[in-house]
This record gives sequence, structure tokens and C-alpha cells, in this order.
Amino acid sequence: MSARVDPDTVRHIGRLARLKLSDAEVERFSTQLSAILDYFEQLNRIDTSAVEPTAHPLPVRNVFRDDHPIEPLGAERILANAPRSEAGCFALPKVLDQQGA
Amino acid sequence: MTTPPADNFKQWSIPPESSAAQAIDAALARIGQHDSAVHAFLDVWSHDARRRAAEIDARRAHGDDAEPLAGMPIAVKDNICTRNGRTTCASRILENYRSPFDAHVIERLEAAGAVIVGKTNLDEFAMGSSTEHSAFGPTRNPWNPACVPGGSSGGSAAAVAARMVPAALGSDTGGSIRQPAAFCGVTGLKPTYGRVSRYGLVAFGSSLDQIGPLAADARGVAAILRAIAGRDPRDSTSVEEPVPDYVAELDKPLAPKRIGIPREYFGAGLDGEVRAAVEEAVAVFERLGARRVEVSLPHTDDSLPVYYLISSAEASSNLARFDGVHYGHRTAHPADYIDVYSGSREEGFGAEVKRRIMLGTYALSSGYYDAYYLKALKVRTLIRDEFLRAFEACDLLACPTSPFPPFRLGERTEDPLSMYLADAYTFGANLAGVPAISLPCGFTASGLPIGLQLMGPHFSEARLLRAAHAYQRETDWHTRVPPGMA
Repeated sequence: MSARVDPDTVRHIGRLARLKLSDAEVERFSTQLSAILDYFEQLNRIDTSAVEPTAHPLPVRNVFRDDHPIEPLGAERILANAPRSEAGCFALPKVLDQQGA
Repeated sequence: MTTPPADNFKQWSIPPESSAAQAIDAALARIGQHDSAVHAFLDVWSHDARRRAAEIDARRAHGDDAEPLAGMPIAVKDNICTRNGRTTCASRILENYRSPFDAHVIERLEAAGAVIVGKTNLDEFAMGSSTEHSAFGPTRNPWNPACVPGGSSGGSAAAVAARMVPAALGSDTGGSIRQPAAFCGVTGLKPTYGRVSRYGLVAFGSSLDQIGPLAADARGVAAILRAIAGRDPRDSTSVEEPVPDYVAELDKPLAPKRIGIPREYFGAGLDGEVRAAVEEAVAVFERLGARRVEVSLPHTDDSLPVYYLISSAEASSNLARFDGVHYGHRTAHPADYIDVYSGSREEGFGAEVKRRIMLGTYALSSGYYDAYYLKALKVRTLIRDEFLRAFEACDLLACPTSPFPPFRLGERTEDPLSMYLADAYTFGANLAGVPAISLPCGFTASGLPIGLQLMGPHFSEARLLRAAHAYQRETDWHTRVPPGMA
């Protein structure tokens, strides 16, 4: 089987997608994504040189609304789902202290 | 108490002598009786549903006009945001997520008097065709517990099939309402893209996603669609198009005179029993006065790769919001700031979701964008154009909903491509943005449901529902109830 998506490419895509993949996942995705993309090669036989891309099925036009304030949800309701919050903010681990750790 | 009979929900409004409380109690009793075997629900709102029913009955006792869906128990797919309870998308990453707002469709259903009795199971983030990719365990097909209910709206379809509820909401990105409706022997509609607001639907493929109803028959689907359709300023892709009274439209004469048979949907790969049942359904329409027209959709075979490239690209972008920062799961001991993202996502997402994110990220990445993503957008144009051309030759298209009947749990999980083929006949409607309905049209020799799919031009939902209703007046497939669940 041609490894269209080799393990190094899988790791690179994993970094772009912010997925910390295990070695087993890298192997599995290399095989599966290669098979899927091989199958998708069939699109290459279609001549699309004169075809415009479709991003939306219906004609999309700009949509405007009146510029008036609406009631916001409020910080309390939004922070209710935060893994950690402090002083009305989303709290995250320190960045600088852990450089090179 | 004894379990209420399945035909408890034959009525689409509660009869005057009955109460909302009785309807809700009946739904909760049937859920209690059957859901331990089926696992359609991730959460049942017994207390809140009873409270809402009591409020509706109190208003009725005061002589207030009953809302159109007053007291109707409804189940909601768990990728639709509700302020009540949790909205998990059947994912570990949202296991404890409580939405701070209701989806547009929830506001509309509650304003119409419907009572939500719980949230239903799905493939994680609606990515799948069997409901096996749920982080909280699979749903079983009520017709045969060894088989899948289809997906991704498998919980909603199974809940209706087992008559735990008269109707449910699902979402459909590439077939996720229609294919489980076919597998479970119920009626399910994917509306035109833009017909129903997506506000509060957790985004998967934003140019493809639509919310739609599942019910035992076309009348139930019409009643729900009437309540949820229409423009919502909070979804800029929802369309300013008049909403007909879909229920009143049902009893008008069958308008479609020309039934288009797309030959590519009857080729190799179509199961013989499915083919026979669908051919017989087309014959019913011919007896009703429709003319059979052969049409061609030459790019049908290309819809699978086009769908997977576009939907995965959109998903990889949409799911970037799940980063362990603002809500959802966060990894316990992140090594550094980046690890908050990548560790949380690694732990929170299941295998199929990761696979789609990887595929979509690859298709959008530098060096591959033109070859994969842009190519798919261009072929999408060809697919949409050939649908529009087909609708010049016919009033609606008839074909199978899925190439094969329900398969067994575990049969297709190891080979993603074989799973993707379950939706080979449903991608087209999403890519073209046209409405499509699946309705029961028979059973295999082993007693598994078969679905007929009807597709129509943009905003032809009334025509599709009228055709489905006309068919259901001639047949009784939609009245069948799974063994042991009458």
C-alpha cells in the first residue's frame, strides 16, 4: 500500500490540528488517511478548469442588521463552563515559568 | 403502571379529554420500559417535562387557546443546545457542558407548546453513520438489538421507532436524519439548506448542516417543521422564505406528476431487497397517477469524496473552538500552554472525530488546498447543477435512502470507508442544498426496515411531505412497531 500520508506527515498535521497523537494513532491514521485519499483520487479525472467553486448551496448575499445593542449573556453564565476561572477571567497555566521545562 | 401502547401517539394534538400530563407520563413510561435495551437517550428530563406539562394543563384549564403542539413530548439530539441539562454532542470533551442559551429550534418548539423529554444519543459531534461513535455507548436498533440504528441521529430515530416519543429533532450534514430514519423504519426530513435556523446547533459542516424532524409519519414531520422553519436573524444563512402551513398542505392533491428515477442510485452496490422495496414504492406512485421519468446524476459516485473533503475541512475549522480554555474538558497536568490545547483535544475527542479533523486539516494545509479542498468545491458545483437540471425533467426524485439495510454493530467500525458508504445516496442533497425525506417502504426478509428517499428542488418541503403522505395513505409500513414494543 502506498503511504500517501506517511507517519511524519501525520505528525505534522497533528501539530497543525493541535492533536497530541500517540504512536499507535500515528500509524493507524497513516494507513487510514492514505486509503481514504487514494479513494478520493477519483476526483482528479474530472475536468474542473472552467468550473467555479461552490462554498454555499444557495446564492449567499451580505446580511446586515440594525446596529443596536442586545442584552449580552453576562460573564457569570459564560464562565460557568470554564475549566478554571479567576476574577472574572478564564484562567490558564503560567506560560513563562514553564519555558524549557 | 402498565406501559402505554405504542399507538398512544397517533394523535398529533392531545384530545380535549386528555391532558399534557398524561401524554408526558406515557412517554416517560415507555422510555422507562424500553430505553435500557435501546439506549436512545443520554438524558431524560422527567422532572422538568412533568412541570412543563402541568403548566400547559393549567393554561388549558383557564381556557387559554392550546398551542399547536401543546403537550407533545419531543426528544432532541444532543448536539442541539438547551439551557436545561447538558449538551454533550456524545463527546468526552463536552461531557459536562451546560449551554448558556437555547437553540432557535428549542425556543420555537417550546413556544408551540411541545415538551422536551430528553436528549438523544448520536455519533460524536454527528460524525458517523451508526451511532457507534458515541463516547457514551451505542444505541441499538429497536427492530433488532444486534443491529445499528444508523446515524448520526440514531438516538432520535430509535426513540421514535420504539414510540417512546411521537417526534424528535435530528441534524443532517450528509444523511444523519434520513439514514437512521430508514434504518429504524420512521419518517425523517432534511430541510432545504437555510429553511431552519442553525443557531444553537453545534457546528459540524456549516455549509451542509440542517436541523430537521423525525416522526412516525409525514403528518408528524409536517407538524414539527411548521413550528421550527423560518428566518432567524441569528443565523445569517437562514432564508427569508414564506413558511407554508405544512400540515394543511398534506391533504392537497398529489402535485408531483413526474417521479424521476436517478439511474446512478440503482447501480452496483445496491442491496437486492432494498432495490425491490424501492421499485415497489415507485409503482405505488405510478398507481397514484405519477409518471416515471428516467434521469441521470452522473457525478453521484463523486459525492462521497466531495462530501468528506468539504465536511471534514469545515469540521476541522469548527472544532478548533474545543481547546480546553473556555469550556469543555481540560487535561489535568498540561506540560505547557500548547499542551492545554493538544492534550485536552487528545483526551476529549474520539477516534472518528480525530480522523475527520486530520483529514480536514490535511485537505486545507499548504500544498494540498488546491488539489483537495478547492477541487471538492468545484465538483460540488457540478453536483448542484446536475440536481437543478434533473428537476427540470421531474418534480421529485425517488431512490433508496441507503444502499443496504441496517448492519450489525461492529461490522463497519474497523474500515472507515465501508462506513462512509452507508450514506452514499444521501450526500447529494446536502451538497446541492435541496430538501429530502426518508420514509419506510418495506422490510427485509429478516425484518429490518427499508427506507425510500424523495428529493425535491429548493424549498419544496410541502411537495415532499404531500408525496410522503399520499404514499402513507396507500401503505401501512409507517404504522409497524418493533417486536415486543406494541
